[in-house]
Amino acid sequence: MKLLLNDELIEDNTLASDYTALRYLREKRGLMGTKEGCASGDCGACTLLVGALEEGELRYTTLNSCITPIQSLAGKHLVSVEYLSQQNALHPAQQAVVECHGSQCGFCTPGFVLSLASLYEERQSTQQSIDRESVCDAISGNLCRCTGYRPIIDAGLSMTQVEPDYVALLSQNHKVKQTLSELESSASLADDGSKSRNYVQPQNLAQLIAAKKACPDGVLIAGGTDLMLENTQRYHDFDDLIDLSQVTEMTTIQDDGQYLTLGASVTYADLETYCQDKYPHISGLLSRIASRQIRNRGTLGGNVANASPIADIPPLLLAFDADMQLLNVDGTTRTVSINDFYQGYKQTLLATDEWIVSFSVSLEKLAQCHRFYKVSKRMEDDISSVMLAARFAIEDDKITEVRLAFGGMAGTPIRAVNAEQALTQVSVNDEQALQRAIEKIRAELHPMSDVRASSRYRLDMACNLIRKAWLALNNQEAVTFSGHAVSDTLLITGNEETNHA
Amino acid sequence: MRKLPQDFTLGDKNAGQKGALPIHESAIKHVTGQAVYIDDMPEWPNELHIATGKSTEAHADIVSINLDKVRAYPGVVDVIVQADIPGEVDVSPVLSGDLLLAGNFVHYIGQSIFAVAATSLRAAKQAVELAEIVYQVREATLLPQQSLARQEFVLPTHTIQSGDAPAAMKSAPRTIQSEMYIKGQEHFYLEGQISVAVPNEDGGVQVFASSQHPAEVQKLVARVLGLPVGQVLVETRRMGGGFGGKESQAAVLGCMAAVLAVRNRCPVKYRMPRQDDMVQTGKRHDFWNTYHVGFNEAGEILAAEYDMVGKCGCTADLSDGVVDRAMFHADNAYFLPNARISGYRGKTHTVSNTAFRGFGGPKGVILAENVIEEIACSVGKDALDIRKLNCYQAGKDTTPYGQKINDDVLPTLIEELELSSDYRARRKAIQTFNAQNRFVKKGLALTPVKFGISFTSKHLNQGGALVHVYTDGSVHINHGGTEMGQGLFTKVAQIVAKAFGIDYQRVNVSSTRTDKVPNASPTAASAGTDLNGMAALDAVNTIKDRLRDFAIEHYGIQPDDFVISDDLVRLGEESMSFPEFIKLAYMNRVSLSSTGFYKTPKIGYDRKAAKGRPFLYFANGAAVSEVIVDTFTGEYKVTQVDILHDVGDSINAELDIGQIEGAFVQGMGWLTSEELSWDEKGRITTNSPANYKIPTSADVPEKFTVKLFERANSEESIYRSKAVGEPPLMLGISVWCALKDACASVCDHQFSPPLAAPATPEAVYYAMQAARDYQEARL
Ligand SMILES: Cc1cc2nc3c(=O)[nH]c(=O)nc-3n(C[C@H](O)[C@H](O)[C@H](O)COP(=O)(O)OP(=O)(O)OC[C@H]3O[C@@H](n4cnc5c(N)ncnc54)[C@H](O)[C@@H]3O)c2cc1C
Ligand code: FES
Ligand code: FES
Repeated sequence: MKLLLNDELIEDNTLASDYTALRYLREKRGLMGTKEGCASGDCGACTLLVGALEEGELRYTTLNSCITPIQSLAGKHLVSVEYLSQQNALHPAQQAVVECHGSQCGFCTPGFVLSLASLYEERQSTQQSIDRESVCDAISGNLCRCTGYRPIIDAGLSMTQVEPDYVALLSQNHKVKQTLSELESSASLADDGSKSRNYVQPQNLAQLIAAKKACPDGVLIAGGTDLMLENTQRYHDFDDLIDLSQVTEMTTIQDDGQYLTLGASVTYADLETYCQDKYPHISGLLSRIASRQIRNRGTLGGNVANASPIADIPPLLLAFDADMQLLNVDGTTRTVSINDFYQGYKQTLLATDEWIVSFSVSLEKLAQCHRFYKVSKRMEDDISSVMLAARFAIEDDKITEVRLAFGGMAGTPIRAVNAEQALTQVSVNDEQALQRAIEKIRAELHPMSDVRASSRYRLDMACNLIRKAWLALNNQEAVTFSGHAVSDTLLITGNEETNHA
Repeated sequence: MRKLPQDFTLGDKNAGQKGALPIHESAIKHVTGQAVYIDDMPEWPNELHIATGKSTEAHADIVSINLDKVRAYPGVVDVIVQADIPGEVDVSPVLSGDLLLAGNFVHYIGQSIFAVAATSLRAAKQAVELAEIVYQVREATLLPQQSLARQEFVLPTHTIQSGDAPAAMKSAPRTIQSEMYIKGQEHFYLEGQISVAVPNEDGGVQVFASSQHPAEVQKLVARVLGLPVGQVLVETRRMGGGFGGKESQAAVLGCMAAVLAVRNRCPVKYRMPRQDDMVQTGKRHDFWNTYHVGFNEAGEILAAEYDMVGKCGCTADLSDGVVDRAMFHADNAYFLPNARISGYRGKTHTVSNTAFRGFGGPKGVILAENVIEEIACSVGKDALDIRKLNCYQAGKDTTPYGQKINDDVLPTLIEELELSSDYRARRKAIQTFNAQNRFVKKGLALTPVKFGISFTSKHLNQGGALVHVYTDGSVHINHGGTEMGQGLFTKVAQIVAKAFGIDYQRVNVSSTRTDKVPNASPTAASAGTDLNGMAALDAVNTIKDRLRDFAIEHYGIQPDDFVISDDLVRLGEESMSFPEFIKLAYMNRVSLSSTGFYKTPKIGYDRKAAKGRPFLYFANGAAVSEVIVDTFTGEYKVTQVDILHDVGDSINAELDIGQIEGAFVQGMGWLTSEELSWDEKGRITTNSPANYKIPTSADVPEKFTVKLFERANSEESIYRSKAVGEPPLMLGISVWCALKDACASVCDHQFSPPLAAPATPEAVYYAMQAARDYQEARL
């Protein structure tokens, strides 16, 4: 494994497959600025910047080093807090945090600084301004228990105005660019999959098949944001890992005019960007999933394959009747519907030597009215208590097809088929039909009580969210709070009669 | 970006450069990652790491323990059980019952039964899973209601009385009788509990502890090792947050590491991974409060009978003080002419709960504010009017425990905030808004806090300091306080600079060490600056007196001719730089080092009579919070917060505002998204940040203003400032009250529906549902 760590080219082939970047920095390099606050991806104290070349341009994003295997970062530029101030001048993000009194105990501070620095990089290199929403988005995965965040947000808002002695953007460092492109070419050569290394990072499906053949017990890892918790919370040691995140065929998003095909290794962040303008409801949901750092790593395939009943992507895919392309190690492929994929609690149709390559969603369905509602205790970075993905097909003011797919309501992601039925072939504004659908929900779903919500609340929410979706269908969009910002005008002058258009 | 008005640079003109206030003494180190926390210290090659084997039963006898597989696990170097502890096994802070390792009996899930020292933390964690422990399970008490019913207490009940509550209740025109269960809170300091112990050549040990109370770690380490206290040295440079969680409970880590370090003659680190920390260490107490209040048609409180049961957990820990403080704050800002307040120390088979910013106070204050909201709905008035009516003021100035409130800070402060926040106009606007909107509802509340400053254990109200002046004029200060982010070191350095009259940059602060300042009190009760600042001032004054005497003798000047200010020493006509003068004093053999000491005057509480003056003074504040609720789901947003808070004459307004904002958000978290849960076996189910949700930046409103109330402390505190660490936490209660207000809006405030604490979206949804049901029943 080779990577650029700050300004040092590292080569180390002695590491365990699941050895995390955080441990590598602290235990092997003595870089103690990066902290462990949770080792589960929840606090951001371990945040690092990772730089990669995208079409020749260097781009930096953040990640949680506590749950990222260091070997998954091969060929990348890893930046820790120590690097930011290495010319003895503070980075604008650092300077601003100091000036705004943004640190108290300081334990969270390096993580915040890196999250802010990534925003700074992104916005300065594209010459966009920084607003409050973008700051809160950037630090959505960083917890601070001391400051109450106000000074940190102020730091984010003012960092482009501080006068730093430090001007150069990381992304304009030619030496780093050159090093990465050299690493890139050598990496793809090295990873032909036939190697007996404990961590392989195939670049295409052929290499992936070869890798899996060479190492039948190798565990698949994409972003690792689920899998690595086994390692850091349950102290399980993995032997061989096969990394899906660089497989070209699995990282693409393709629109062929009929279908939108999403590679299984597409990250939340990739999809969020793609949907920003085209599908604002989808990007809206994505902004409620996990945190900036996790979204930079977590993938659709990992979310679906993990088969958690409270995962947020399965209901979305169920709402659109997505098809899934599966590939077997023997090279055979099959297409299954997401509707058939979940067999029981944490059970799926996937055979042992099979994986998800992509999902495809019909553009026609994507164009129909759809809404997603996620209810959780906290707006940012929280797991759903209940999540609804709803889609309505309308013809001549009649509902011709409905999908009501839920997370958190059963042992698997689930569609409320009876309720769907009750709302099908009725007129759009038939409130009695809505009432019947709600009664069906109460009859067909039996959620459980747990640490996130009671069974009663889950059921009530399922009903109310359907009502919300139905109101939206009838042009009576009710306010739904988003993660970072609620439009003030809506809240202050908000009046239902004028809110919806 | 908020800029501080110039007049906030009060106090100390010398403190910073260009009139700005000094930044946190470690700010640059924080942002560059150079600040060293204990886990960042270089490890020795032979350093061992600890994990403990935990009880899986809440209440049980241990029938057998088989640790063979644990011992055999690769990397394991040592395994100890209770019998291996050389000294005493009890590590309780004040009373008894907290055992370093359980013997043949366990009383909470997560209790340590044995400890493993291994070459890596990972190996230790993997090894402890291999233990085979057989239990004989006993019935467990898991809720404070059960402790009360079974009369199971960790300490005796205490009652405060004033007037004649039963009689006044009987004749009161209106009464309310109800109960509220208030959940606890996980500290979630970002740096988990940690200690490193290094044996020395004399059989003693040095412990690096992330602790708010190094002196106690020292005492307990000595106790478990069976050594004199002087053989143990404890050092704390900084904590990555404490919030009370590292007041008593950090000692366990130091003790365990010390025992294994001395046994194995090598350095040992005990760092709790987050999940262990959340399972094994105490939290804020849950409280079950029942209340009976009598009042008149105007909403004036005539009688109050409160029973407050704290969920103390399996041992006393600091619960006596916590429950006392809950009782002392059950009045909050309001005069209770006839009161009976009883505080019960409920014993449960759960982890022993401990100090947490506010130390019981929040459980009293929320009770008081809940009562106000309910009275307001009962008499059909704005809750603010009920607050002002009942607020301590002339003629209504004695607390139930007999301490007089002899200033009018609170009424003035509330009035000022009412105006500056535009409370009345916003109330009207919200009424209109709520009348027009079915899907979303807004709520508003202004809540005050009056918080007593001083440890309720009188002996803790002392501080010590050690000041050295070196021949180049640099000054070094040690004191008994610890730095956990609150800026104590910065403030004490400012105090020293100001007291000397020298440039702030000359003053260096360093680690808190038990060999520099002995027998120090914990850094707690918001008293860090009050006690240690005063002690530092005392030390500086001693040195200054010596310098003056020397100057008088050497220059033949009058005492008043000797002045140090603006970094210059004036000696009558002559003047010289501070370093020059110090050099001269040194050459003339003047002692340039001194200790300093302070004990809080005037305080005393007679427990038998339940009367006295437990507090030197009160710190006050008030907050107005506005919320908006999604009626479909109970989800909400806090849209605006305005705070006015009383810190007396601020020593460092930036640090004070930081404390106020941070405490507010922490208090808001306690009452909104942070929900502790336990299952029916007594296992904590919120054992990770994945299921326990402290606020994020998006939960903090964009409109968030904090202003300092400008009035000096009427008591002689350090430079007339006031303590600030804890009081503003209780301002978060305004968010909870605003949510309750929004819920009550659906029944036109005819009824104030019970709202769970914390008010999760689920809780808000059902409170609103209750108000809706009430409204339907009424129509
Ligand atoms: C802090 C935090 C917050 C989170 N918040 C949310 C949230 O709000 N909503 C939510 O839904 N989830 C959340 N998650 C869960 C997690 O991020 C997602 O489930 C994520 O999508 C998993 O993707 P991954 O690429 O990281 O999966 P990995 O961890 O790499 O893999 C998960 C599992 O899927 C398997 N797998 C991965 N890709 C494939 C494939 N293509 N074919 C077959 N098997 C595969 C792996 O072998 C593994 O067993 C959160 C996690 C964390 C740590
Ligand atoms: S340590 Fe908390 S997110 Fe990594
Ligand atoms: S400064 Fe302490 S956690 Fe952020």
